[in-house]
Amino acid sequence: MLAGQVSQIEVEIKNANGMHMRPAMQFVDTASRFQCKISVSNNQITVDGKSIMHMAMLAAGVGTKLKITAEGSDAQDALKELHDLVEVRMFDEPGWQPKE
Amino acid sequence: MEIKKGIAVSPGIAIAKSLVIDAEDYRIPRRSILPSVKVAEVKRVRDAFKKAISELEHIHSEKDFEGERIKDIFAVHLRFLKDKNLRKKITDLVYNDLLTAEYAISTTLRDVANHFAAVQDKYISERAADIYDIEKRLMRQLLGEKREDIQHITDEVVIVAHELSPTQTAGFDRKFIKGFATDAGGRTSHTAIVARSMGIPAVVGLEDVTSNVAPSATVIIDGNRGVVIIEPDETTLKQYQEFAVEFERLERELDTLRDMDAITRDGVMVELYGNIEFPNEAEMVLDKGGHGIGLYRTEFLYLYSETEPTEEDHYNAYKQVINVFGNMPVIIRTMDLGADKFTQSKRFVRESNPFLGLRSIRFCLQNLVLFKTQLRAILRASVNGNIRIMFPLISSLHELRQAKMILRDVMEDLDEDGKKYNPNVPIGIMIETPSAALTASILAGECDFFSIGTNDLIQYTLAVDRGNERVSTLYSGADPAVIKLMRSVIHDASKAKINASICGEMASDPEFIMLLLGLGYRTFSLAPPMIPEIKKLIRSVTIESCNAIARKVLMMNSEREVINYLRSAAMKVLPEVF
Repeated sequence: MLAGQVSQIEVEIKNANGMHMRPAMQFVDTASRFQCKISVSNNQITVDGKSIMHMAMLAAGVGTKLKITAEGSDAQDALKELHDLVEVRMFDEPGWQPKE
Repeated sequence: MEIKKGIAVSPGIAIAKSLVIDAEDYRIPRRSILPSVKVAEVKRVRDAFKKAISELEHIHSEKDFEGERIKDIFAVHLRFLKDKNLRKKITDLVYNDLLTAEYAISTTLRDVANHFAAVQDKYISERAADIYDIEKRLMRQLLGEKREDIQHITDEVVIVAHELSPTQTAGFDRKFIKGFATDAGGRTSHTAIVARSMGIPAVVGLEDVTSNVAPSATVIIDGNRGVVIIEPDETTLKQYQEFAVEFERLERELDTLRDMDAITRDGVMVELYGNIEFPNEAEMVLDKGGHGIGLYRTEFLYLYSETEPTEEDHYNAYKQVINVFGNMPVIIRTMDLGADKFTQSKRFVRESNPFLGLRSIRFCLQNLVLFKTQLRAILRASVNGNIRIMFPLISSLHELRQAKMILRDVMEDLDEDGKKYNPNVPIGIMIETPSAALTASILAGECDFFSIGTNDLIQYTLAVDRGNERVSTLYSGADPAVIKLMRSVIHDASKAKINASICGEMASDPEFIMLLLGLGYRTFSLAPPMIPEIKKLIRSVTIESCNAIARKVLMMNSEREVINYLRSAAMKVLPEVF
């Protein structure tokens, strides 16, 4: 794959407590393992996916949809892992349950 | 250079580097830097981050955490400290906007914290606390230990603070503290009392001095004029260095009065005693020419240590003072905690109106174990010198009787244990409440002496909180209500043939001395550094003229009238004091 290639996915926050500090840390740690540039947008602001300050400031609660854009040679792999973290593993936290 | 005007509460001139203490918060003053130092200032930011990171990594590897949660919190803090975006934002502020490292860090992290705090989601908004934690950690790196560890000061400093608490001042290493400047407070605030007893200049009521002084800035505290000068220019600094020398010369001149009597020009003898808080202040009272201790505040025993003082702690503290004074009187006031003074163990329940609450003798009468421990120690020490016991805040005869009954119980216990004490130890009370002043004739029949605590007497008579800067202008010893009470107390005491002295701030205020002499008071107990000045004043007046002043004042209707009259009278006698 060529350097400079841009890919984008959309993920939804599914864990009940949203992207608070610890999940933001996991996101940043995962993103930082890759060479590519990663930015995250919530339709209002676009931030650096490798900066915990930026990610925490997104204040993404459960149900929030985020666009993740990756630019670089390992962009595809990065997006796959981030998707996995947010939607499948749900930051290793319990998911949102409708109240009875 | 910046000049701030406050209230002068303790005379003298101090020139030293500032030590800014902020008990509530790390509020950092905005201060810009010169373009020439911006590279060095950026390095300060980087170094602070580096040190904070290694400190955290150290904790992270060393501590055995109880749970994953705490470990996560530190891990998050580490990510923030390593965040390039965050650091760049701060260094940009320093480099481009020429701000200090402290201000740049503080303002950036506060923006982030405010952003979190505003988020609806509670789980996220509460994380603002993490950001404050990170800020504190960085600040500690920038400002070093100086900021926090006031007990281990190694250079001469002036303390700049919002307000000083008794617990804070108890912990000071007094050798290095040259002066105080505080945002809050008045003439009778704790800061003022401590400064006078230490003999260092203090200016209070400066409102926002803490946000105007940068750490380690050069500060001049002019305790004579109530002025604080921040980062003085060359000329001002030189001028003040000369003032300081001149002031010391005057002080030395006053010290020559040390061995002379406090006697009026027409031959009436006055006794001057010292008020002390710590045993090591006893020497200063002698040095300044005091003939005893008129008020030995014993609260330090409770405020200074983490644990409650033992009988031996008490005994040693009293013995130390007696050793200095031999047969001269030492009046020990029993524990006066509560209201604005608290113990370390925070035994006190929060009260909505602490000055009218469970404080002082009231607290002692409900906590007999603690009270008896102190009384035992005082009684045991009484065989070695001229000790007298004084109960604070008595507001009724009933309370006095209760306190005396407990004292008798303790005497009986000592008898049983075969311990010696002076069975005739004189027992006195402080007159601090209007009720005690109004019933002085009754109380005089059951105790050996009175001592007027003017600070509380004024506050309770005029219903003014002396610590509240919004009403503190209403607080005045010159109010006719206060003067009438003071006249009736001395009148009742003379009739019962017991001594009434004054140990409040009024006794160290040159403006009031002539009035107090005219009312009939002959014993004053004051902050040791003030003794020479008051002695000089007493030696310059006649009782006849003081009587005339008192007669005139008793006819006056307003506080303004009284204070203006007293001021001009004192000025005529001793112009150099004012």
